[in-house]
Amino acid sequence: MSTTAPTIALSHLDHLWFQVAGTLCNLTCHHCFISCSPKNNAFGFLSLDEVKRRLEESVALGVKEYYFTGGEPFLNPDMVPILVETLHYGPATVLTNGTVLKDEWLDTLAAAERASLYSLEFRVSIDGFSPETNDPIRGDGTFARALRGVIKLVEHGFLPIITAARTWPDEQEREVVGRFVRVLQDAGYSRPRLKILPTLRIGAEQQRTCGYDETERVTQDMMTGYDRSQLVCEHSRIVTDRGVHVCPILIESPDALLDQTLAAAGSPYTIQHGACFTCYQYGAICSNASSGFETSANLSGGQRT
Amino acid sequence: MISTSTIRVACFGGIYNNYLALEAAIRDARRRGVDAIYCLGDMGAFGPHPDRVFPLLDQHGVICLQGNYDDSIGNDLDNCQCGYTDPRDNYFAQISYDYTLANTSGANRQFLRGLPKQIRFSLGPLRVLLCHGSPRKVNEFLWESTTPTHFLNMLADQHEADVIAATHTGIKWQRDLSDGRRFVNVGVLGRPENDGQTNVWYTLLSHSPATGLNVEFVPITYDHDRLAEEMRQEKLPDEFIEAVLTGWWTTCLEILPAKERKRGQF
Repeated sequence: MSTTAPTIALSHLDHLWFQVAGTLCNLTCHHCFISCSPKNNAFGFLSLDEVKRRLEESVALGVKEYYFTGGEPFLNPDMVPILVETLHYGPATVLTNGTVLKDEWLDTLAAAERASLYSLEFRVSIDGFSPETNDPIRGDGTFARALRGVIKLVEHGFLPIITAARTWPDEQEREVVGRFVRVLQDAGYSRPRLKILPTLRIGAEQQRTCGYDETERVTQDMMTGYDRSQLVCEHSRIVTDRGVHVCPILIESPDALLDQTLAAAGSPYTIQHGACFTCYQYGAICSNASSGFETSANLSGGQRT
Repeated sequence: MISTSTIRVACFGGIYNNYLALEAAIRDARRRGVDAIYCLGDMGAFGPHPDRVFPLLDQHGVICLQGNYDDSIGNDLDNCQCGYTDPRDNYFAQISYDYTLANTSGANRQFLRGLPKQIRFSLGPLRVLLCHGSPRKVNEFLWESTTPTHFLNMLADQHEADVIAATHTGIKWQRDLSDGRRFVNVGVLGRPENDGQTNVWYTLLSHSPATGLNVEFVPITYDHDRLAEEMRQEKLPDEFIEAVLTGWWTTCLEILPAKERKRGQF
């Protein structure tokens, strides 16, 4: 029996991520997997010029989708022009906490999406269907502020995807999701879209729970019969102000910084971290449903524990 | 010798047991004098009486490839491999899958099992590649609003094709690529495309030396009231029947990207 960690080749760079706001965030969520906060400037903003350079680089590689994350992306003063520029190249998805959105930004982005062939997706993080469930994780008052952000997006013609980290027991999933939908509908979002994510026990979440124990690792044996396309590192890379890293989850791990160009960062990666175990278990946790990457794990059920 | 005449072929996607729409589409294509009819897979799902599709394919010489649904039914798999993520969508997909599997004969399952994954042919000087989802993955979604042109150019380069035609998403579209190449999603015959209309669509690909490649999307009306009634008799979900009668999707909504979702009612 092999206990060594498998090495995963990049089959194709389908999803290019940008750590566009570095680690700077206006919130300090207790479950954040990269410890973002108003004071964490370990990773810096990406400028419009830097993103443009990467978009150009991505064309020859046939990148399919562009994702923007942080920190809070909209703290980056270039965020709106960055999204406008990206929509010339392909579909863009931005992961926001929804608390800092301004009407004039959304006017510009709605016009840019209308003029583009491509979709602009907003994913708004809310981690409970009430202040009582959300605010202990994301901070006082954040439920109301994020919900106002959701409604602002809806009023500008967007259909935001609400993402929630699963901080409730599995057996409550159906009830929690049902209540979530009703709360969003009552607030004025008539056809809410939801994406439920597993928590990643690294960064701040490691303090909140218990982190991973050393048996929670992916081994060679576990790869037999497993669909590798479920792993984010099989089809994604992320750009930060330090270079190109293997995936959006592991940017704080030194071994995840692969190289300086997208082409060179296509090298294989050994999935030796606890977070790789969660990625393995749940499959394609970072992409949108429309990209179809969640297929095998969700339908077969065989890999889920 | 290079032909000087127009060559025209019909491409059908996703029949989804809708034998009434298939019959109407074949009639339309024959009336237009097509040189061949191709089906890009997913014979089953959604509608009633799966076995009524196969005699039509056979009688009219429709050249078929294997979609994810055909792979599943042909090989007796547990599910349709459709790529849904939402539990509600998977719930309805499973009802439809179990019904189709139970009502597809052994001979027809064998036919599905033996179908090729891709078909290549020449349309005049053009190299055409037919596939189900994409040339690289049978159940890949290629939506208009999430598929960059540079990605499609890369597929055309890698797969050495001037025209790539696919289906799987249920909504037709096309895109001009570099060097005069083209990507076409041919749409589906099985279900309206979430636009409030009850018709379905197929695609004509033609080439003439004078005008080059032409792609025409053809609307097909059929007796959708009869289909709905037969679905009721077979106790298929009301949600599916509503989609047939209204032209609005009531399921499979979570897989739609923002732009495509906004065009629908739900």
